[in-house]
Amino acid sequence: MDFLRPASWEEALAAKAEHPAAVPIAGGTDIMVEINFDHRRPEHLLDLNRITELSEWEVGGESVRLGASVPYTRIMEDLRTELPGLALASHTVASPQIRNRGGVGGNLGTASPAGDAHPALLAAGAEVEAESVRGSRLIPIDAFYTGVKRNALAPDELIRAVHVKKADGPQQYAKVGTRNAMVIAVCAFGIALHPGTRTVRTGIGSAAPTPVRAEAAEEFLSAALEEGGCWDSGGAITPSVAKRFAELASGACNPIDDVRGTARYRRHAVGIMARRTLGWTWEQYRRSGRTLEGAA
Amino acid sequence: MAPDTRADAVPAGTPTKVTQGSQSRGGIGESTLRPDGTLKVTGEFAYSSDMWHEDMLWGQTLRSTVAHAEIRSIDISEALAVPGVHAVLTYDDLPTDTRNYGLEIQDTPVLAHRKVRHHGEPVALVAADHPETARRAAAKIRIDYAELPLITDEASATAPGAVLVHEGRDDHHIGHVPHPNIVHRQPIVRGDVARARERADVIVKGEYVFGMQDQAFLGPESGLAVPGEDGGVDLYVATQWLHSDLRQIAPVLGLPEEKVRMTLSGVGGAFGGREDISMQIHACLLALRTGRPVKMVYNRFESFFGHVHRHPAKLSYEHGATRDGKLTHLKCRIVLDGGAYASASPAVVGNASSLSVGPYAVDDVDIEAVALYTNNPPCGAMRGFGAVQACFAYEAQMDRLAAELGMDPVEFRQLNAMEQGTIMPTGQPVDSPAPVAELLRRVKARPLPPERQWETAGGEADVRALPGGLSNTTHGEGVVRGVGYAVGIKNVGFSEGFDDYSTARVRMEVVGGEPVATVHTAMAEVGQGGVTVHAQIARTELGVTRVSIHPADTRVGSAGSTSASRQTYVTGGAVKNSCELVRDKVLEIGRRRFGSHHPAWATAELLLEGGKVVTDAGEVLSDLVDVLQDEAVEVEAEWRHRPTEAFDLRTGQGNGHVQYSFAAHRAVVEVDTELGLVKVVELACAQDVGKALNPLSVVGQIQGGTTQGLGVAVMEEIIVDPRTAKVRNPSFTDYLIPTILDTPTIPVDVLELADEHAPYGLRGIGEAPTLSSTPAVLAAIRDATGLELNRTPVRPEHLTGT
Repeated sequence: MDFLRPASWEEALAAKAEHPAAVPIAGGTDIMVEINFDHRRPEHLLDLNRITELSEWEVGGESVRLGASVPYTRIMEDLRTELPGLALASHTVASPQIRNRGGVGGNLGTASPAGDAHPALLAAGAEVEAESVRGSRLIPIDAFYTGVKRNALAPDELIRAVHVKKADGPQQYAKVGTRNAMVIAVCAFGIALHPGTRTVRTGIGSAAPTPVRAEAAEEFLSAALEEGGCWDSGGAITPSVAKRFAELASGACNPIDDVRGTARYRRHAVGIMARRTLGWTWEQYRRSGRTLEGAA
Repeated sequence: MAPDTRADAVPAGTPTKVTQGSQSRGGIGESTLRPDGTLKVTGEFAYSSDMWHEDMLWGQTLRSTVAHAEIRSIDISEALAVPGVHAVLTYDDLPTDTRNYGLEIQDTPVLAHRKVRHHGEPVALVAADHPETARRAAAKIRIDYAELPLITDEASATAPGAVLVHEGRDDHHIGHVPHPNIVHRQPIVRGDVARARERADVIVKGEYVFGMQDQAFLGPESGLAVPGEDGGVDLYVATQWLHSDLRQIAPVLGLPEEKVRMTLSGVGGAFGGREDISMQIHACLLALRTGRPVKMVYNRFESFFGHVHRHPAKLSYEHGATRDGKLTHLKCRIVLDGGAYASASPAVVGNASSLSVGPYAVDDVDIEAVALYTNNPPCGAMRGFGAVQACFAYEAQMDRLAAELGMDPVEFRQLNAMEQGTIMPTGQPVDSPAPVAELLRRVKARPLPPERQWETAGGEADVRALPGGLSNTTHGEGVVRGVGYAVGIKNVGFSEGFDDYSTARVRMEVVGGEPVATVHTAMAEVGQGGVTVHAQIARTELGVTRVSIHPADTRVGSAGSTSASRQTYVTGGAVKNSCELVRDKVLEIGRRRFGSHHPAWATAELLLEGGKVVTDAGEVLSDLVDVLQDEAVEVEAEWRHRPTEAFDLRTGQGNGHVQYSFAAHRAVVEVDTELGLVKVVELACAQDVGKALNPLSVVGQIQGGTTQGLGVAVMEEIIVDPRTAKVRNPSFTDYLIPTILDTPTIPVDVLELADEHAPYGLRGIGEAPTLSSTPAVLAAIRDATGLELNRTPVRPEHLTGT
């Protein structure tokens, strides 16, 4: 196995062009497990740790440009206001040591349905900045996950950053695991209220071959809120609306039975999380006087 | 590649003598700090996996990818051709006719012979100059398997025409088992169940299932074998019982035991999982074949296949009770899955049957326990074995009986609690304190944690105190509190007539103007704190401050196993005994030197205290330094507890146990009833320890055992696919053990009611808290949910009906 250590982003792109099968490594919290368990022995590892810009972020007017290697700890601690859903998701990632190393770029690169960041990215709205020697492009998050552990990256592309929409309303994130910390998701649910556009977006993890949005649930809820004039009045969401939203979220799942849980449980739990997180975000929206603050 | 003089070199990471005295001065009863504590916390402690030798090779095991198959052929040619490979060994390379090993029944092949019986069975070995080379070479070994039908449970094991897991059994259990796929069967019959049943006003029947738990110790199996110039081998290894390993290793190598020199290297936890051989023989074979030191270290994945697990069990119970709450009878049948090899299964059967009633007085019993041979992973020793599974079932029964009778579950237990003088179902009287009712009273009397304990002062939810924790699944929605109780009984020491002795060599001499005691035993320090306690005993008995603990090795007699809660009792007893013999010799020297100076030398009861010889009235007769001068006094002696008897194979009668240990728990849980997630808020324990030699260590053991019991209540399980008998979750990603956020407050109430038969009155303590913790948590979850929950661990699916 060759260990490539580009000193700059340009060198990294050149290396990836030369060795399209090279596996990028930043925090190593995913790939090293695979190597240690002998699940994977890539010919080349492409070490991105010398490229410091990947660990930086910029808060823009509309979105946060989050370097691919920004560790979860930084997101939790420094971006709670701008990216509350992702901050909550980051807090559920493994242990403090792993959160100090791992970042969203790795989650996106692996594209496991169980990646903790995905539901939060789907709910907030995001674009993945992918680049190769051929050029740079922004891939909408909705089009990024293409299959089990597959994504829309071309073989010669690297993830440079992810542009996550700044919260314009409350966001929540919940994840079920069979212990109270350091656990891979049995299933997860993210929700973001977008009062600016009067929409709701969601994300579901570990309950389908890829991370997915519960689009029918989103449309139903957006329509129900619009119809009830709730965005303006801050009126309560009726139990029947919440129930229907939960059912539709549950229906968006296409889970499997595996060693971590049954498909039936995953459907059930996603519904419960959808109902609860909707309740929390809507309460926050009402209480906050319907400002744009999205603190978790 | 002739051996050179490197055998003289001491490998890096070899344990050295630990002298305690500069910071730790305590005798027994004091919370002396552990000599290895700081090293472990700071990462400086040398574990067996840290051992290193110049020129060493790395050993790798190739394991079966199927559970039950004939081996048609093995082709090692490609592996041998890999540059850097020094040896590839299979069954055909074994040097002697002894090609099996085993704790009690020698049924386990060193390397598979024509057949594999479980997923992950060792088939071939590779030694190479780099671990990665060894791993790659092992992957090039071609094995042609022809799969055989699987035996996975009692039905398939005893079905007509069932394939035999072991053909041609000739062990001493085959004569009394109903089927060759049953390792051992122990019935216990006492009284008249049919008549007693007539007196019962209520009958409660239950079927219970206990999942397969893993010891999940943090230091994977590892060690270093160094070939000696004399054709022997030096083996540095993390194990639980050096001499038991030695007895199994030497015949396979064709060496006399004195040529297999074993030294205990740093042990990263054990819990029973190191009682069986893992890499010991393999590393020695490779070292002797190559003439080079060979290191083997399992990774986490391999570790799950490298040691036995806790027996999963199916338990059928029937209890009867009168309207006024007295138990009338017990019928039970316990089926333990021993997997492919016997390991400790016979002893597990003995414990499960003899302790199946629990700490209750029941005169009329009809009990049967069996262990199966199957193609599932081999199961053997794990903390509390046999008793753990039974406790889960009988405590669930106690709650159901109490509910049937409309009684308080604690009062119902207290009404039936055994006490000193109670006759066990084996006919053995309990001849030391058995404060079962008192332990229950203590945990019940504790104030409960406040309701809605997760609410902060500001009325917000602190998710860390709720089910799901930081995964943020509830802010109180769906959360219901439950409280549950359980109590258990565990035997201490090896039972059923086993010659359960230990050996201690104690030396006293003057070093640097100060009397120093050296304690040398073969006791495996696996984290239990034996090295601390031995120094405390030596200080108490010999009146010294400085005590050196010699590394454990086979240059001294056997200490027996660090298991069955026995080491403080048995090796502690041996150290005490040898200290007493040393003291006698020291006093003899004193009398010889100074006897004429003071009449008390001849007349008074003399003690060694504070570096001096004193009378029992406290008068100082001499400094030890002056008594000893340049003489060293050394004694090596074996020590035994009271003998036990085998259980009768038909009736189960016999004085089979040495001592019992009791603990009770109260669990307080918050259950998210919608998501099926559990937060254990508090797990209070009360335990009688006889005498706490080191109170801090005692509390540590109780908290650790309690947590291990919690683990198998709510998350820990090795999942075996019933269609393939393959392990589905051999990793810490999917075999979950409690994190600190899953570990509740564990208040501990320690009773010290002396057992007059034991050294200092102590009771073995390590296992009892593991028993009652699990059923207490289950009882609390049942209380919160109203569900029956006859299986452990409980999964979210069980709580949500999904």
